[in-house]
Amino acid sequence: MSFGLELVIKLVVVFAIVPATALVVGYAELKLSAHMQSRVGPYYAGGRWGWAQLIADGLKFLQKEDIIPNNADRPVFSLAPVLVMISTVAVFLIIPFGSSAYAIGADLGLGIFYALAICSVGTLGVLMAGWSSGNKYSLIGALRAGGQLIAYELPMVLAVVGVVIQAGTMSMQGIVEAQIVQGWPFAFTQFVGFFLFLLAALAEMNRTPFDMPIAESELVTGYLTEYSGFRFLFFFLAEYAGIFAYSAIAATLFLGGWGFWGVTTPVAGPFIVVAKTLALSFLVIWLRWTFPRFREDQLQAIAWKWLVPLALANIAVTAVFKVVF
Amino acid sequence: MHLAEAAVSLELETPEMTLNIGPQHPSTHGVLRLKARIDGERIVDVQPVIGYMHRGYEKLAEVRTYPQIIALLNRIDWVSGYANEIPFVVAAERLMEIEPPPRAQYIRLILTEMARIGSHFLFMASYPLELGAASPFFFAFRERERVLDLIESVTGGRFHPNFNRIGGIKPVAGAGATQKKVVQDLPKGFYAETREAMAKVLAVCDELYDLIVGNEILFGRTKGIGVMSAELAAAYGVSGPNLRASGPEFDLRRTEDYLPYDDFDFWVPTGEAGDCYDRYIMRLHEIRVSAKLILEAIDGIPEGPIIAKVPKVIKLPKGEIYMRAENPKGEMGYYLVSEGGTGPYRFKVRTASFSNISVLPELLEGVLVPDLIAIFGSFDFVLGDVDR
Repeated sequence: MSFGLELVIKLVVVFAIVPATALVVGYAELKLSAHMQSRVGPYYAGGRWGWAQLIADGLKFLQKEDIIPNNADRPVFSLAPVLVMISTVAVFLIIPFGSSAYAIGADLGLGIFYALAICSVGTLGVLMAGWSSGNKYSLIGALRAGGQLIAYELPMVLAVVGVVIQAGTMSMQGIVEAQIVQGWPFAFTQFVGFFLFLLAALAEMNRTPFDMPIAESELVTGYLTEYSGFRFLFFFLAEYAGIFAYSAIAATLFLGGWGFWGVTTPVAGPFIVVAKTLALSFLVIWLRWTFPRFREDQLQAIAWKWLVPLALANIAVTAVFKVVF
Repeated sequence: MHLAEAAVSLELETPEMTLNIGPQHPSTHGVLRLKARIDGERIVDVQPVIGYMHRGYEKLAEVRTYPQIIALLNRIDWVSGYANEIPFVVAAERLMEIEPPPRAQYIRLILTEMARIGSHFLFMASYPLELGAASPFFFAFRERERVLDLIESVTGGRFHPNFNRIGGIKPVAGAGATQKKVVQDLPKGFYAETREAMAKVLAVCDELYDLIVGNEILFGRTKGIGVMSAELAAAYGVSGPNLRASGPEFDLRRTEDYLPYDDFDFWVPTGEAGDCYDRYIMRLHEIRVSAKLILEAIDGIPEGPIIAKVPKVIKLPKGEIYMRAENPKGEMGYYLVSEGGTGPYRFKVRTASFSNISVLPELLEGVLVPDLIAIFGSFDFVLGDVDR
């Protein structure tokens, strides 16, 4: 296959997969919240299963007026949602959907490092959005997001270090294969890391109970306050694609990725990954509709007083086990 | 680093900025504006700006006849519209020296307690939402709808029943003047429906209690936040559940003889710390107490007429009276001055929310922005009740 053709195919696949995952997770959020709270729309819209609810929501966003506030920094304001979206799309590059070389965008030697780095770019987009809106609520929301990034990037990276030590590689395919060789997923041995990673991922995704940057009851949706219509839709899609991306990374690192006991057909790979990812996405959505929100200082205290020491202890224990066994 | 430079960085100045919370803000329950000076996330001081909802009810009442005023009063605190009518009609009855028949009094009591449940459920719904939890909203709101359905089945109105008359309750069926002989009493099946609804109310109270107690995040957000001492509360005239959360067992249902509460033995829940958590849990207990009161009242409801003999044109004798009642949000009182005509000479409304939020600036100094929402949410005010 020529380089150009392959590039086009991969681009098409990426731009089909990312919105598709966002729609699936977004639909799941609507349905789950409807079941937990007896909401009507997602039950009945369109006649069956409320299938039309998401489409109706999408159309609603598209017909809204596209507003940029007078005080906004226009180029930064319009670039922010794109940056958030790009950072999410770029994560999909290193998620292995199967054993073959075509099931992964690029099996980088530093795969997980790349993932953690590129995820943080999204927060840059959030900061840009908040700063350029010319709105105090947005500014506070963006600064909270920045503080959250600094506080939770550390436990997240440290949680992954345990996996890297145990697998002996930073390549995503390598980590999956290490789990298959070991016979059970890292969630069993790296349960502390798994827990820390999920918590930190929740915080980086700005999901309840860590959704202070959005916090509609105090900051009126924070950095999103001034966004409307299509730009808001971009943030919206990026959020749900982001849930899928983080869940997929967690599934790869801790739940054995495309490997499953006794399943050897390569065709099953993507289905296994997606099933595990959706299970984790369900957890993320479930938490959102269950818990109240922390306060910003409580969040910082949890990160610095509990998660970071716990992650460091986890690394030390993992390293000792690696040397001894 | 040079020592002088270190000193400069230690004294790093952070600029204060003014954050306008409201008038249009999802957590202000209407049009309240809080002018907050903030340093980062910390509140330096807060100035509430009220008056956006001012509708001049006192003045409006002074140009109307007494029966017409009842229709206005519903709108003051629209969350518990029914309960607003009671102190006024009782005040007028006292001046006229009319005693409403016992059945009317019992029906008033039942509906007042239903209004209390409705009002408290609105709080139970909205307060977790202010803390970021969306689901309890729907549980509490479903039950509120059930209680409003009951009020509607009796009075014909959900928010603004306009059901009380001086001397009793609305005697004519809704169909108009031709049916003057038809006496409207409680609708068919009301007792059974009420029993069913109250059982569900008590069940959902248990459910909400399970949702709240044991939730570390909710504890962390409400325990020890916005502590109001009993002295501070008394100094600002705070009343109702907000006052009782701070300790004093002050309930006008016990002390003022405006409805036959003496016939019942009921518990007045009080708190200890006077923090947001106490104010929250207080209302949950009060819903239970009210539900039990309603169940007891429909068991012991007397038969008989529902309105006393009153003259066609209601004129109050010369005199003045202050009548207060324990409304869901606290003490609501009407000061009525009559010069002997068909309408009041002077009419003054004392609302619970106005006093309850006066204390806010004292409590909000130095807290964080999320605490600000948690504190003023816990006071459960309605802006119509503040501005009138």
